[in-house]
Amino acid sequence: MEVPILKQGQVLIATFQAALSDADLNQLRSALVQQVVRFRSRGVIVDVTAMDVMDSFASRTLREIAHMIRLRGAETVIVGIQPEVAFAMVQLGLTLEGVATALDLEEGLAYLNQKFKTMN
Amino acid sequence: MSRVEIRVTISSDQDIVLARQKGRSLALELGFSSGDATLIATAISELARNIVSYAHSGEIVLKDVQGSNRVGIAVTASDSGPGIPDVGQALRDGFSTSGSLGLGLPGVRRLMDDFEIVSKPGQGTKVGVKKWRP
Repeated sequence: MEVPILKQGQVLIATFQAALSDADLNQLRSALVQQVVRFRSRGVIVDVTAMDVMDSFASRTLREIAHMIRLRGAETVIVGIQPEVAFAMVQLGLTLEGVATALDLEEGLAYLNQKFKTMN
Repeated sequence: MSRVEIRVTISSDQDIVLARQKGRSLALELGFSSGDATLIATAISELARNIVSYAHSGEIVLKDVQGSNRVGIAVTASDSGPGIPDVGQALRDGFSTSGSLGLGLPGVRRLMDDFEIVSKPGQGTKVGVKKWRP
């Protein structure tokens, strides 16, 4: 199941579906990094609202995505981590250290726009 | 006594998704809250991932547990892989041999109520966990 990536101005938006396998997550990681280069995007939003489970592999992949994209000079925000998913992540000992998070798509866009202003 | 038994063969990353989905449905059927079902599904995801990463194939069995005055869910993950030489070490946070985050087993123990592990080098590993409905 491929994750659709939308381009909106300087920002790429990837929206996760509920049942992503490891292969899907790896595919998303390569696709995002490639598209950031191709569209010269300055920000990426990964919307995980629909994700039912965030296990160690998914967390690690999200962190890798954010770090790779930062190396390309763009910013990543993870949005929409559900309260119960956040609770399970904390119990499991997973953190998204060094990765920006926001409540939802709107907050994520606001965060990136603020970042772009300070970068200019 | 169990009324339900669901077996999921684990041999690829797709099976990890299938096992956790079945676990979530069973948890909801047994009356767990959606939050608890998420904890259970997350634990199943980690257990199934250990099978794929370390043993390549194995099985997840999901059952209900009917106690005298409580109801729970039991998840058993078994494989006939290489086994864990030092179980005590594998249960400490930060330990990993396959480049994962190494939080699998201690994390699973925190997510669930009961935790049992039997592992014999060269013969395989069996992890049994339970969660009781509050």
